[in-house]
Amino acid sequence: MTRRKMFAGQALAVVVAAGCGMAAGPADAQQLTVVSFGGSYQEAQSKALFLPAAKAMGIAIKEETYTGIADLRLKVKAGAVTWDIVASGSGSAARAGAEGILEKLDYKVVDVANFVPGTYQDYCVGGDVFSTVLAWNTKTYGDKGPQSWADFWDVKKFPGKRSYRKAVAGALEPALMADGVPAGEVYKVLSTPEGIARAIKKIKELKPHIAVWWASGAQHAQLMKDGEVDMVTGWNGRFDVAKKDGAQVAYTFNQALLDYDCYAIAKGAPNKDQAMKFLAEISKPPYQAEFTKYITYGPTNKKAYELGTIEAAYAKTLPSHPDNAAKQLTIDLDWYIKFEEKASAAYQNMLTE
Amino acid sequence: MSDRPNAAGLRRDALRERLGLFGLGLPALVLVLVTMILPVGWLFWLSFLADDGSLSLVHYQRLVEQPSYGRIFRATFEISAIATAICVVLGYPLAYVLAQLPLRAANLCMIGVLMPFWTSILVRTYAWLVLLQRQGLVNTWGIKLGLWEQPLALVHNLNGTLIGMVHIMLPFLILPVYGSMRAIDRDYLKAAANLGASPTRAFWLVFLPLSLPGLFAGALIVFILCLGFYVTPAVLGGGKVIMVANRIANDIEIFFNWGAASALGVVLLVLTMIVLYVASRLTQLGRVFGGHGT
Repeated sequence: MTRRKMFAGQALAVVVAAGCGMAAGPADAQQLTVVSFGGSYQEAQSKALFLPAAKAMGIAIKEETYTGIADLRLKVKAGAVTWDIVASGSGSAARAGAEGILEKLDYKVVDVANFVPGTYQDYCVGGDVFSTVLAWNTKTYGDKGPQSWADFWDVKKFPGKRSYRKAVAGALEPALMADGVPAGEVYKVLSTPEGIARAIKKIKELKPHIAVWWASGAQHAQLMKDGEVDMVTGWNGRFDVAKKDGAQVAYTFNQALLDYDCYAIAKGAPNKDQAMKFLAEISKPPYQAEFTKYITYGPTNKKAYELGTIEAAYAKTLPSHPDNAAKQLTIDLDWYIKFEEKASAAYQNMLTE
Repeated sequence: MSDRPNAAGLRRDALRERLGLFGLGLPALVLVLVTMILPVGWLFWLSFLADDGSLSLVHYQRLVEQPSYGRIFRATFEISAIATAICVVLGYPLAYVLAQLPLRAANLCMIGVLMPFWTSILVRTYAWLVLLQRQGLVNTWGIKLGLWEQPLALVHNLNGTLIGMVHIMLPFLILPVYGSMRAIDRDYLKAAANLGASPTRAFWLVFLPLSLPGLFAGALIVFILCLGFYVTPAVLGGGKVIMVANRIANDIEIFFNWGAASALGVVLLVLTMIVLYVASRLTQLGRVFGGHGT
C-alpha cells in the first residue's frame, strides 16, 4: 500500500511539475541536475567530481538521490525529465539504453581513449570500477578468514551466519565458482539451459545458513558494522567505509566480480549538451584520481594512475589495480541483457521456496 | 400562484438540499477521483498491456505460471492473519481494561496507545531492528541476565516482521474495540448479575457479544492494512519474508515495464475486495463502521 501510494504521489508530482511549465526551462543551461544513489558513495562523487567539475565549468550543480532506473523510466514516460545526468550501475544502464530512456553518448566530446577496456558503453561512460567481494567479520574468523567462494559455502570449516544478495545480479557467479566452475567458464556455463539451475541449486544448499538477504549497499555495510552476520557478499568500497567507521571487517579480491558504475544522460534531459560536456570533464584523470580518495573504487581512466596523486600503496587496494583485477571475473553485461529476467524469475522462486 | 407549499415545491426543496449536500461533498469526491480512482484505473489498464503496447494477458499468465507468485500471495494472507490474531489477543484485553477505567484515566492511557502513531513507521521499524538484532539490546541483556545462552533469531525473519507489524497495527484494533465497549450500557451487566449470572458468565453472554461488532471492525481494518505492508517485511524480514508489496517493488526494479507490477497490484486489490465482500455478507458491516442501518 505504501508503495502504491508513493506512485500516486510521484505521478501527481509529475503532473504538477508539468503543469507549472518547468519554471526554470531548458534555456537555463547554467545549472545541471545530477542524480545518484546517496550514502557514502554519492558523498564521494559530490566532493571529488560534481562540485569541482561544476566549479571548473562555471555552472551550478543540483544533486538528487534516487533508487534506480525505474524512477527514471517514470519521468521519461511522463515526459517530465528534470534530471540531466544519471549515475547508474553498468547493467541497468545497458538495459535502460536498449529501452530508449537514455541519450546516446558522444565519444567525440567525452574522451575515453585511455579507459580500461569495457568500462564504457553506448549510453553510459564508466566512472569507477568496483568489486563484488567476499567479506567477513574479523572478530569471528581472525586472520584466517575465508578466501574463496568454496570457503563461503563451507559451513563446517567456517561456521557462522551468512548474508547474500536478494537480487540475482552478481549472485549466480559465486555459486558456480563454489561449485568448481573456473572463473573463465562461468558465463559459458550460465548461458546453457542447465547453468542457471545449477547455480540456484548451489545457493539453495546454503540457504539455511543465510540469515539475511541484503537489498542495498548501505544494508550490507550495516550488517557487518552491527556484527549481525559473519560473512557476506557485497561492494568493496562500502566495507572500507564501514571499517573506517569501526566495523570489524576484511575482504578479498580473490574470485570477486569486477564491475563498473557509470554516468548517463537521461532521454530528453533539459540541458543535454551541457551535460555531455560535464561528462567529458568528470572523465578526466585528475577527477578520477581524486574520487579514489573518498571510497576504494578504482578509476576507469588508466591515466589517473599515472598522475602520481594516488599513492602507490593505496592504488594496490583498488579493484581495478592490475594485481587485483587479475584475480577477478569481469561482469558480462551481454549475459545480463539476455538472461537477467529469466534468471531473476528463477532466483525469486528459490527465495520463496 | 399560491404561497401554500405544494408537493412540487417540496420536491424542489428536497432536490435543492440534496444538490447542496452534494456540493459540500464534491471536493472530497474530486480528491478521491484524482488521487485514487484515476491512478488505480491507470494501473489496471497497464496490467493488460504487453511490452509492445498491445492488449494481452501476459502479466497475469506470468502470475499463474511462476510458482513464486502463488506462494507470495499465500504468505501475505497467512502473515496478515497471524498478525491480526496476535492483535486481537493482545488488543482486546487491553481495550477491556481501558473500558473499565474511569473516563479520565482511560483517556490518559489512550494517549499511550496512540503515542506510536506520532512516530513514523520507518523510524519505529528501524528501532525494532536495533533492539532485536543479534547484538541488539534484547539479546545482549537476555544473555547477560542468563535468560538464554545463544542469541535468539528475533529479527530478519517472520518473528521480527510480526513484532513490527503488531506494534504498528495494535492501535487500529484497540480504538474500535474500545469505542464499542464504551457504548455498551452497563445496565445490561447489572441486569445479568441481578438474574444470577456470575461476572464471568455475564461477560461471555452479554458483554462479549455486544463488543463483537467493534472487534470485528478492528480485526478487519488490521487484516486489510496488513495485506499491503511493505516497509516492515522489507526491513525486519531479512529478505525471507516476501509480501506482495515487496514483490511489486522488486518487479518494478527488475522488469522494464509497469504491467508486471500493475498486475500484482490488481490481483491484491481484487482479493482484498473479495475479503471485504465476504466480510460484509457474514456480518452487518454497515453497522460495524458506525452506520445505524438495520
